Amino acid sequence: MNLEQIAAKIRYTLCDVSSKTKTPHLGSSLSCTDILTALYWQVLNVEPSTPSMPSRDYFLLGKGHAASALYTTLAYRGFYPVADLYQHGQTDSVFEEHPGINSPKGVDTVSGSLGHALSLATGMALTCKIQKRTNRFYVLMGDGELNEGTIWEAAMFAAGKQLSNLVAIIDFNKLQGTGESCEIMHLEPLEEKWRAFGWHTIRLDGHDILAISDALKGAQSYDKPVCIIADTIKGKGISFMENDNNWHYRIPTQDEVEKAKQELGLK
Amino acid sequence: MRNAFANCLTELAKSDTSLMLFYADIGNRLFNNLKEIAPDRTINAGIAEANMASMAAGSAMMGQKPFIYTITPFTTARNFEQIKIDIAYQNQPVIIVGTGSGLSYANLGPTHHSFEDIALMRSLPNMNIVCPADSDELSVLMPQLIKLNQPCYFRIGKKNEPKVHKILPDLKFGHAYTMQEGQTVAILATGTIMPLAHDLLIELQSKGINAELVSFHTVKPLDTQYLALACERFEHIITLEEHNVNGGFGSAVLEYISEQPKTPRVHRFGIPDRFIDQVHSTEDARKKAGLTVLDIITTLKNRAVI
Repeated sequence: MNLEQIAAKIRYTLCDVSSKTKTPHLGSSLSCTDILTALYWQVLNVEPSTPSMPSRDYFLLGKGHAASALYTTLAYRGFYPVADLYQHGQTDSVFEEHPGINSPKGVDTVSGSLGHALSLATGMALTCKIQKRTNRFYVLMGDGELNEGTIWEAAMFAAGKQLSNLVAIIDFNKLQGTGESCEIMHLEPLEEKWRAFGWHTIRLDGHDILAISDALKGAQSYDKPVCIIADTIKGKGISFMENDNNWHYRIPTQDEVEKAKQELGLK
Repeated sequence: MRNAFANCLTELAKSDTSLMLFYADIGNRLFNNLKEIAPDRTINAGIAEANMASMAAGSAMMGQKPFIYTITPFTTARNFEQIKIDIAYQNQPVIIVGTGSGLSYANLGPTHHSFEDIALMRSLPNMNIVCPADSDELSVLMPQLIKLNQPCYFRIGKKNEPKVHKILPDLKFGHAYTMQEGQTVAILATGTIMPLAHDLLIELQSKGINAELVSFHTVKPLDTQYLALACERFEHIITLEEHNVNGGFGSAVLEYISEQPKTPRVHRFGIPDRFIDQVHSTEDARKKAGLTVLDIITTLKNRAVI
């Protein structure tokens, strides 16, 4: 199975799980599927059989409402069976709508309140530098999440300490909860903003898995933190969901799931 | 007390490399000795307290036991949600130090007062709260908090607080410390208000009332063992704190006692539910807040306690 096929399967499962468990945030999850595929199949030093391996790389999901994307990626990566995903959002399930402290294997931190992950990862990356450990830290944030002031506190701090073991990835799909992110706040020019904050910045197509993989691997060669601004489409891969912000909350019917499956080229 | 904190941390950090300090750009020269022995572990986080709290949690996740340190409102209220999610919910052993608590920085105005911090921290599961009365209490309790390896709020004063114990007290985390045994009336005080509690004790004694004086350095977990016995032993319990009377130490005591079979009357003294401004000193501010021996005695007389 090539990476695009993996991403397609993740996308279908996201839709099916959302439909069957009545859990929202499909648009946000579809938006970052290719980034997660690149990370978990090409970049991260993780071992599904040993999720707490001390030398592992850490992935922190800033946009916690895309929990389903992370859970589904980890399932296909072999951390637990795909069938388990259908417990999403149910009582006593480890697959909470936002990752909690009882999260499934492979999820290291709580998420759901925006603007925490970059600060957490900054503390982790700083500490590993002090401890002379080689772990690397990857944070995925939404463009709406950049509204939070703590992002910029962490950005200044991480650059000040030249945390070269830290990578931020912006899932820049141009839409947030209730509107267009570039209208709600003045986000652009995003690369220049992060560069001005002291980061090495790269802008790329957030649905080009190979380009994302190359950029993430290349990020290791800089002596400062790296920010990858990934241009993405909310609802990517399913025509009737793309750029339609109703899918921030809408739940697909089973007919819509079947339609999605066909569009994704899956039998 | 802040000097005692810096000295204590410096001593402990010499042998314990898991200890590290994040401070929000305050304490000019206060941490110079710590910087000398542990430059990598003495981190100026900048004036960015929310980020500081989360970074400390991240550091704890990597195996460190971090302290975060700044003036109380900025290390508790400014970054409350980061403390809730990253420290308390994820149960990380970060010690949150609030310096200049209560009215320590009275002259700096309401921005620098903290009458809400205990209430905030009390509302968080997993959080412990310790309020030393002086530098001796601080130095005895601090190693115990480190050993606890849990989220903790350490509410300390500023500088030159009068010593309240004649000898170094044998304090135990979670256990109230009786400074003077008595009958009928108990004065339970937490933190830097202790000298006033002592003055109140003397005043009551002069009126022939043999009151008990207790340092309740640990506010959470509350020493319910002491309080259960106190319900049997006393008709009146007086609580004293430099914190809003609503939601603080006195409230914690009242909440516990109200559910006991035998309930002494609880008289809470602290900051009334209003902002205290236009003051020159801590003493001034305490007067404005009604936190003087005279005010307390008057209230107790009005309530026919004495």
